[in-house]
Amino acid sequence: MTSELPPEFIVKIDYNMCRRCKRCVMNCSFGCMHFTDRVVPEHKLCVACQRCVTFCPEHAITITKNELAYKENANWSPETRQNILKQAETGGILLTGMGNPRDYPILWDHLLVDACQVTNPSIDPLREPMELRTFLGRKPDRLEFVESEDGEIDLATEIEPQVRLDVPIVFGAMSYGAVSLSVHRSLAMAAARSGTLMNTGEGGLHRELYPYSGNIIVQVASGRFGVHSEYLNTSAMVEIKIGQGAKPGIGGHLPGEKVDEDISKTRMIPVGSDAISPAPHHDIYSIEDLSQLIYAIKEATDYEKPVSVKISAVHNVAAIASGIVRAGADVVTIDGFRGGTGAAPMVIRDNVGIPIELALAAVDQRLRDEGIRNNASIICAGGIRNSGDMAKAIALGADAVVIGTAALVALGCRICQKCYTGNCAWGIATQRPELVRRLDPQVGAERLTNLLTAWSLELKEILGSLGVNSIESLRGSRERLRGIGLDSQTLELLGVKPAGVGQ
Amino acid sequence: MRCNCYIPSGCSVSGIMSESGRRQDGNAIIKSITLMHDRANGLGGGFAAYGIYPRYSDLYAFHIMFDNIAAKERCEEYLKDMFDIVRDEEMPTRPGGAYEGVTAGRYEEEGVQPITDPPILWRYFMDVPEAKTRFVSDREYVVGQVMEINSEVEGAFVASSGKNMGAFKGVGYPEDIGVFYKLDEYKAYIWTAHGRFPTNTPGWWGGAHPFCLLDWSIVHNGEISSYGINKRYLEPFGYRMELRTDTEVVAYLFDLLVRRHKLPIELAAKVLASPFWEDIDRMPDRERRIATALRQVYGGALLNGPFSIILGHSRGMVGFNDRIKLRPMTCARKDDMLYMSSEESAIREIAPDLDEVWSPRAGTPVIGELDEGVA
Repeated sequence: MTSELPPEFIVKIDYNMCRRCKRCVMNCSFGCMHFTDRVVPEHKLCVACQRCVTFCPEHAITITKNELAYKENANWSPETRQNILKQAETGGILLTGMGNPRDYPILWDHLLVDACQVTNPSIDPLREPMELRTFLGRKPDRLEFVESEDGEIDLATEIEPQVRLDVPIVFGAMSYGAVSLSVHRSLAMAAARSGTLMNTGEGGLHRELYPYSGNIIVQVASGRFGVHSEYLNTSAMVEIKIGQGAKPGIGGHLPGEKVDEDISKTRMIPVGSDAISPAPHHDIYSIEDLSQLIYAIKEATDYEKPVSVKISAVHNVAAIASGIVRAGADVVTIDGFRGGTGAAPMVIRDNVGIPIELALAAVDQRLRDEGIRNNASIICAGGIRNSGDMAKAIALGADAVVIGTAALVALGCRICQKCYTGNCAWGIATQRPELVRRLDPQVGAERLTNLLTAWSLELKEILGSLGVNSIESLRGSRERLRGIGLDSQTLELLGVKPAGVGQ
Repeated sequence: MRCNCYIPSGCSVSGIMSESGRRQDGNAIIKSITLMHDRANGLGGGFAAYGIYPRYSDLYAFHIMFDNIAAKERCEEYLKDMFDIVRDEEMPTRPGGAYEGVTAGRYEEEGVQPITDPPILWRYFMDVPEAKTRFVSDREYVVGQVMEINSEVEGAFVASSGKNMGAFKGVGYPEDIGVFYKLDEYKAYIWTAHGRFPTNTPGWWGGAHPFCLLDWSIVHNGEISSYGINKRYLEPFGYRMELRTDTEVVAYLFDLLVRRHKLPIELAAKVLASPFWEDIDRMPDRERRIATALRQVYGGALLNGPFSIILGHSRGMVGFNDRIKLRPMTCARKDDMLYMSSEESAIREIAPDLDEVWSPRAGTPVIGELDEGVA
């Protein structure tokens, strides 16, 4: 069946400016650019990844949306119609990549931060200390001390393992396989330089990255790919992945063609075989089962590493998080419905889950109501776009935030949502060696480090304007947030007063 | 008796303590706080005094303010159910009283400013019935009752609830409040005082400092910018922040850390005004372990923003500043006396000849303790 789908984008080449250097032909990994006597684009294949546009020395290429002259209809958008055409042609589930792109309200943009005036002075972060150091892990409710015979006081409480972050931002879980080794290398180096953590995702850890063990969260997901005793112990923290914000309740599938020699070794599966992560862990059908896995991991790591459990933000997230903490998790990672993915059914990505802002507020409040907030750190993932979002997330109650999409954008990603094709022109979501080579891990690490540095500086400015000099005084301090354009129920759920109301 | 307004404050603080437990009347503390008249604006003043009720030293002394007779009746109904009331009486006052002496900053043409229109002020000496404390300690029980009255009994406010101590506070300049409450007739081994400058609302009697719970009293100059998280940190422990003013969290934090979690006062002060990480990293091993653990576990209790605070309790007095000293505090010693004040002049005013005067470093507590053996 020949496709009736019109092209999504139109590639315009200004032939007066084009020098016919063919750089665009070499750069396009989607096979859109052909060269006869001049460059001829095949519009249907363009995904608007901007690779050719970026690298054309003459700036002769522009990509525009193909504005189809469909009869206007508020109910049947061009996208809706095209999706139906696709399914009529293929009979398949629509696949997509990256986070939910739909126009749901972004609550971060309806929250505003306070600042000091007169009675409490704001603090200049360039002149005064401004502390971002954060510890992830289970804390006791109180400390006990003993006094020795010579009157010296010492700590009697044994504190469970804590992971120190110099910036309250960790990199999101992205598996080797979904992303290239260059991405993993960039993330690991940047995490080490910035004093934070990268997350292996569910595809194991390449041996080359073992030296970065102090800056790595190793993930244990339903497929258990690459999980072995040494792997668990080559980490700062272990994470059990129950759910992912982009596809709650859905497993994963790495197609066999991506499983090359290296990935095969890392994941511990044969070359060329599909890596299928089941939707549930088949040994976790209840909270008791989760508790068993948490303690199995703690046994395997000698109780030296915090164990995190990652869940997607779903309706009952607060109660689930409470159960997770009581089951023994030291960290709860909540992933909101705008979180990214390498591949997900579009219907799931676009319709399942709830916004992270509400989930985070509900979880933090629930743990406080139950008096167990100190027992676990909360990491907030899924849709953190800038340091403002980060500051608001921390004020709502997060100990740290996760950046996945933002980190990839720093590495070159243009969010074209074609990660699942394996053709990523930026060397990110691909295993094609000629494409992977495009991402230099040294450059990648530098760009990521710059991003974290920039956000840290901005966060310090926010703390200073709030008149506090330590992140602890922002964390959970919802009094310093106000809502704008939110209904009273949403405000109540967020635990935030409307703008215009004083303390 | 609740206030819907948040009240950031300017203010002055002063504290006097005899470490040997010698009791002196309230004239000196009034004189000291009077010198800082201009730091207040007449919208709140108050005092805390320790050792004032030796005859009833085993009983909880509740100073309660009532909006009206109905509130008093409602509250007494409640108190009768919860306590054995040994004695109750109207607080002795000089209605229309005002400080007659010379006051720096008060201009003669303005005349004196007598204290008028007080709420009903009553004090109760009470015992906790044994039957009530089968499952909780009596202090825990008293905290619960204070929280209950302040948030549930309309029109009633417990100003203080400790043993052998009390708070005397209201709307007005502190020197006038002192005269109004006849502080010259009380004798105490610790006196603390506060003159208030709320910047955006009229004060109310309950909102003046000191804030008290059990025998903790807090006078505070500054603003707690971390109030939002301090409040949320305290709530799961059963504290209810009903007064809408940031200072009360300080009293509750001390109650939590020292009484319930049994931290030594020095460590509690390190929680509230913790050392910076760069300093912690340079500490010797044992101290670093302690300081790190305190910050990890008690991050929600860190006080941020400008403050100088004097904490009073039955065994001593503690003065401390925020971590970068955004509010003033000067301390001094003379024989067995320890002085703390917003200004050195307010100490010199009552003790011109001092053994030692110093400005404590940011975040470093100055701790006065009753000598051992002093009851």
